[in-house]
Amino acid sequence: MARPKAAFFDFSCCEGCQLQIANFGESLLDILNVIEVVEFREIMSEKYDGTLDVAIIEGSINTPRAVERIKAIRARSKTLVAIGACATTGGVNGIKNVFPLDEIAGYVYGGNFRDYETIQTMAVHQVVRVDYFVHGCPIYPPEFVAVLKALLMAIPYDVPDYPVCVECKLNGNVCMYDRGVSCLGPVTRAGCNSWCINNDNICYGCRGMVSNPNETGAIDVIKQYGLSIERIVNKLEMYNKCRELNPHG
Amino acid sequence: MGENIKINIQHLTRVEGHGNIVVDLKDGAIIKCNLEIVEAPRFFEGMLRGRSIFEAQHLTSRICGICACGHTLASIQAAEDALGLTPSDQTIKLRKLLLHMELLDSHILHIYLLALPDLLGVRSFMPLIATHNDVVRRALRLKKACNDVCNILVGRHVHPIRATIGGFTKLPSENDLDTMLNNLSNLHEDLDETVELISKLQFPQFQRDSQYVALVSDDGEYPLLSGDVGSTRGVRINKSEYKKITNEYMVPHSSAKFTNLNGEPYAVGALARLNMNCRKLHSKAVEAAKKLNLSNGGNNPFLNTAAQTVECVHCLNDAIGILEALKTSGIDYKEEILVGANETSAIAVKAGRGVGAVEVPRGVLFHAYEIDEEGRILNADIIVPTSQNIANIEGDMRAIIPGIKHKSEEEITLALEMLVRAYDPCISCSAHFLDVRFVD
Repeated sequence: MARPKAAFFDFSCCEGCQLQIANFGESLLDILNVIEVVEFREIMSEKYDGTLDVAIIEGSINTPRAVERIKAIRARSKTLVAIGACATTGGVNGIKNVFPLDEIAGYVYGGNFRDYETIQTMAVHQVVRVDYFVHGCPIYPPEFVAVLKALLMAIPYDVPDYPVCVECKLNGNVCMYDRGVSCLGPVTRAGCNSWCINNDNICYGCRGMVSNPNETGAIDVIKQYGLSIERIVNKLEMYNKCRELNPHG
Repeated sequence: MGENIKINIQHLTRVEGHGNIVVDLKDGAIIKCNLEIVEAPRFFEGMLRGRSIFEAQHLTSRICGICACGHTLASIQAAEDALGLTPSDQTIKLRKLLLHMELLDSHILHIYLLALPDLLGVRSFMPLIATHNDVVRRALRLKKACNDVCNILVGRHVHPIRATIGGFTKLPSENDLDTMLNNLSNLHEDLDETVELISKLQFPQFQRDSQYVALVSDDGEYPLLSGDVGSTRGVRINKSEYKKITNEYMVPHSSAKFTNLNGEPYAVGALARLNMNCRKLHSKAVEAAKKLNLSNGGNNPFLNTAAQTVECVHCLNDAIGILEALKTSGIDYKEEILVGANETSAIAVKAGRGVGAVEVPRGVLFHAYEIDEEGRILNADIIVPTSQNIANIEGDMRAIIPGIKHKSEEEITLALEMLVRAYDPCISCSAHFLDVRFVD
């Protein structure tokens, strides 16, 4: 069987999710045995213009050119995978949307800011159809492999729609609220195996919110521990600001 | 090609981020010779305003996946400077270890996957899987080892979890120290072979008397995490006055903000560090430098890749030294710190301004923050190595063209691509402030 032709494309991001894949070490060669990578600008000079079986997209869409480019990639790709928070939720690039565009551009670029093409940050699925999502900042390598297997078998991959707390409890961590700090685990999609809390840091919500967050429960917890709701809402902006552009995002 | 050359390389490959090379030569005169940055702007400094200083590390790490730990360390250093917090000796040791892993990991990526294909005459590492399988496997093995050590030390390499203002949320167990030591000790042979491989390659011959900038110090340690900022033209300035080094300015022809020191472009990175501090390298790295004809540094920019190889040897051996010292002294677990958004006032907060200056893989990186009495960020300024190198890269391009203009378009293109790649530019990093202009 011919290996499916795959290409990696990067939009606005840190390119760290590509690196997560490069960091597989020698097992990367096993992955390259099942897909044929025909374009990957960061590490290859080869180019490919034909139909793609799989387009793997990293980064968020935040310029008019990026909108055109992602549409063109979608048009020639049978399957499109969005990897990493920037692509799946807009990621930290979404914080830009907190500010009026002219204001933030003027702060960073001074008087020349109008020369900079920029639009509000969007996740990939807010511009084109996405077939598979690999959430997280950065992606969690075992989940990438699970999604890759699903797409090779042409079956869907269901992103867990329960909160990080479920995994965190299974991992036996002491709740961050019991340790006196606020954590976004209760409203954030699981699937990362509570990566940050296992390392004694808080959940910053990088995988985006579950589809039906238990708002009343969360408010109760915040009140019970005497923490500030404003602080939690502020923290939610770090990875969830783009949701406002599309309530179903 | 001769006296009239038009080269327009769109979206240069095998570099981090999006950039174009544009050259226009008319009747032998250079009309245009630009490295254009076309990465979409990300506005990090703007986004940081109003956010808690305790979120700065988490956010600025996201500027770059390759040097996430470097941004983390520069951000923490700037924040601690602003807060008036002095890290413990143990924290400094662990941060140095993390920085060594970052340099090693990033240099390996550049040497093997980005630069080597040009030197072996192929378009990427993909064909090397068939022709040089052992070399590809060695690169992936080295990279994975760095990644494994970072997993233990900070949870992961891309966007570290445990490194925070005040220290580390979780410290390595005794077992972890042994595992890290074991992982690193296994790399000596692979690095020896890397030095051997690089010593046999033919780098393009080109020299230019560039100014080099790197951290400098008075002690015997190769300065990466602390020190003043110095140049090969004799400048030495405290990091708090970093703007006197960078002197950012806009140029009408280019999309990028440039930097200059005393009216002259400058280079940062592995070659700059060797030029400033090669006598402070670990003895094994001194041997590697000798083998690669870099004992006193040098001014052939193509040799930056070789200088990175020398630094790999330094970082590995110094990292092993740090781990052995930590094993002897034992880890003080009372230093583990949970900060979060500082809900429990784990860190005392005051208004202030702070600067971080850290040697990350591509050169010296500056973070500067101004915070109010509640720890909210009022202003942020971040100057990455790649933005400091762009003016110098263009200087090199101008200097190299007369010597290669008679060659074919393909050869000129390759030479210019190799030159830019040698600096290992990290364009995602620089896009937090750069102008964006496509040349169609």
